[in-house]
Amino acid sequence: MSAFDSLNPQAIGKHLWRLRLAAAQLPGLAEAVREDGGQLVALWGSDDRHLGAGYAVHVVFLAARGLVWVSAGLAAEAPAYPDLAAVFPQAGRMQRATWDLLGIRAEGAADGRKWLRHGAWPADAHPLRKDYAGEPVRETDAYPFVRVAGDGVHEIPVGPIHAGVIEPGHFRFSIIGERVLKLEERLGYTHKGIEKRFEGMDPDTGARLAGRVSGDSHVAYAWAYCMAVEAATGAQVPERALWLRALFLEIERVANHLGDLGYLGNDVALSFGLNQFWRLKEEWLRLSEALFGHRYLFDRVVPGGVAADLVGGSALAEYCLAVADEVRELKAVYDEHAGLQDRFANTGICAPELAARLGLTGLAGRASAQAWDARVQFPQFPYDGLEVNMATHRRGDVLARAEVRFAELFESLRLIAEIIAGMQEGALRADLPQVTAPCEGIGWVEGWRGEIVVAVRLGADGRLDRVHPHDPSWRNWPLLETSTLGNIVPDFPVINKSFNLSYSGQDL
Amino acid sequence: MAAHLILQKILKTGRVSEPAPAADPALRTRVQALQAEILRVFGQAVAVRHVDAGSCNGCELEIHALNAPQYNIEGLGVKFAASPRHVDVLLVTGPVSRNLETALKRTYEATPEPKWVVAMGDCGCTGGLFGASYAACGRVADVIPVDVEVPGCPPTPTALLQGILAAVSGGR
Ligand code: SF4
Repeated sequence: MSAFDSLNPQAIGKHLWRLRLAAAQLPGLAEAVREDGGQLVALWGSDDRHLGAGYAVHVVFLAARGLVWVSAGLAAEAPAYPDLAAVFPQAGRMQRATWDLLGIRAEGAADGRKWLRHGAWPADAHPLRKDYAGEPVRETDAYPFVRVAGDGVHEIPVGPIHAGVIEPGHFRFSIIGERVLKLEERLGYTHKGIEKRFEGMDPDTGARLAGRVSGDSHVAYAWAYCMAVEAATGAQVPERALWLRALFLEIERVANHLGDLGYLGNDVALSFGLNQFWRLKEEWLRLSEALFGHRYLFDRVVPGGVAADLVGGSALAEYCLAVADEVRELKAVYDEHAGLQDRFANTGICAPELAARLGLTGLAGRASAQAWDARVQFPQFPYDGLEVNMATHRRGDVLARAEVRFAELFESLRLIAEIIAGMQEGALRADLPQVTAPCEGIGWVEGWRGEIVVAVRLGADGRLDRVHPHDPSWRNWPLLETSTLGNIVPDFPVINKSFNLSYSGQDL
Repeated sequence: MAAHLILQKILKTGRVSEPAPAADPALRTRVQALQAEILRVFGQAVAVRHVDAGSCNGCELEIHALNAPQYNIEGLGVKFAASPRHVDVLLVTGPVSRNLETALKRTYEATPEPKWVVAMGDCGCTGGLFGASYAACGRVADVIPVDVEVPGCPPTPTALLQGILAAVSGGR
């Protein structure tokens, strides 16, 4: 008996379900999902007043049956729903963002501070409301950080502009000596109004924007978005296009893992690792450009199919073998290098129990025994025929996150060859059916960092009415805080890199 | 043991650095009033500070890629530095989110003269797909003075390197 059995959710795709209920039922449902070992993946809101309704809160749960998109209608005046962060702590920041953007309140939430709003709009304005036409203002209400007091405690504020080439965010360390007592993140700096920007766009332009929610996960976002649009419109995507999307997704995973493994070496002073892995990554990117016309495959996934074909697949498959050989050699160095092992092991630990409690996901989750990978448990075509091997670990430290990357890198290189072998000739793209009434769909793709979920509503005019792209970083950022506790400040860069979370993806 | 493996791999890999591209004068957006004196002081060395002003992180991927051994940028005298106080060039990405507008202006002010600003990517050049909105200012040039704009989404490492060289080399 699972949480959803008595509620009869509607099947809206393979492993994808939809359920509408009253907001008051949400906490009970969340408790039941939790008891079943499920997770809360995403939470957002929508302004549905132009559709003759009020507002709505949307929650996506991961359950034994797959992904369940739950929506609850809310009043047009003072919309509110019961807090879910008490059951699923990862909902906290999502609820705060939903308040900032839409003025929908999570009643009874312990943390009611703003999240994505800094100073660009006033506290009583909500830019994702359809009738928001506010000019930018500069408000300067301060952000109340949690203070840590005591003998010898002091604070190190870092950012938003960091010393390295990374995205902007603010980290506030409270430390004693070199040990971190508390780390508090303040994100939202790269908030650039993506969700509002989607509104009124045609579906093709929307795909380009979706791919730029977090550029390092371009393919995953573009695919999840297209999956949602195709589900909403009832489009039939040609099989070859789906094979190519899987190929692109694995190419993206390989590129990111190569880069991260190099930086992980660099962060513990093994610049040999940086140079070797980035040499491989650069060759990989050049190959992507030669084969598909873009180093990061931007805009190659489009609604209804793909915009690039594979010619000369056997050369790519052979190249994968050569890369795997090189990575094996480099892994031998990482395995043997005492200094690197010493810095990686027992650093930045996220224990499996805490990971489960707070919802750690994606590759970081798998390094802490959270054995979820949509390609394995809930595969879409063509993954349903590929038998992907999941990489997991129990240590939950930097070493485990590096090990999972190595394992997934080898697996992706293997999958690429399988995909090339499995592909049949065929069309690359189908037209989207004409839209005549508002319609909705959701997409779910296992990106290199974790699950990318995109929910889409098209209006009767066939243009985008509401799009919510959801990054796995929402769930993992809070665990970077806890994983840093008790470590020394100089280890923070390697801990941070081992998670490698997206700022842009959660700032939106 | 590890040292042995490292040396073996280094020998096997050989030298992968490639010759540098030429500076692209077409990227220049305003007349460079560079004095011979500055050029002399600069020589070939230039320090760059990257500022992410709200990018999608795609441009950052290419800045990282520029540090791959194939490009050998330190050999060319281009070095990324940690503080704006130590640099000649600010390399700015993104459609300048309003939440970073102040930080960008402060970074610009903290950079000593003479300084050059390179706006990177379609976002930095025009606001890109994100455009100007309640949350974004649009192009970098609307927020701080820009010397060189490098379009692309993201621009390739070669285009980026050409842009940086164009910024500091004046008519060279
Ligand atoms: S130019 Fe393209 S890659 Fe660069 S930040 Fe903008 S969207 Fe991302």
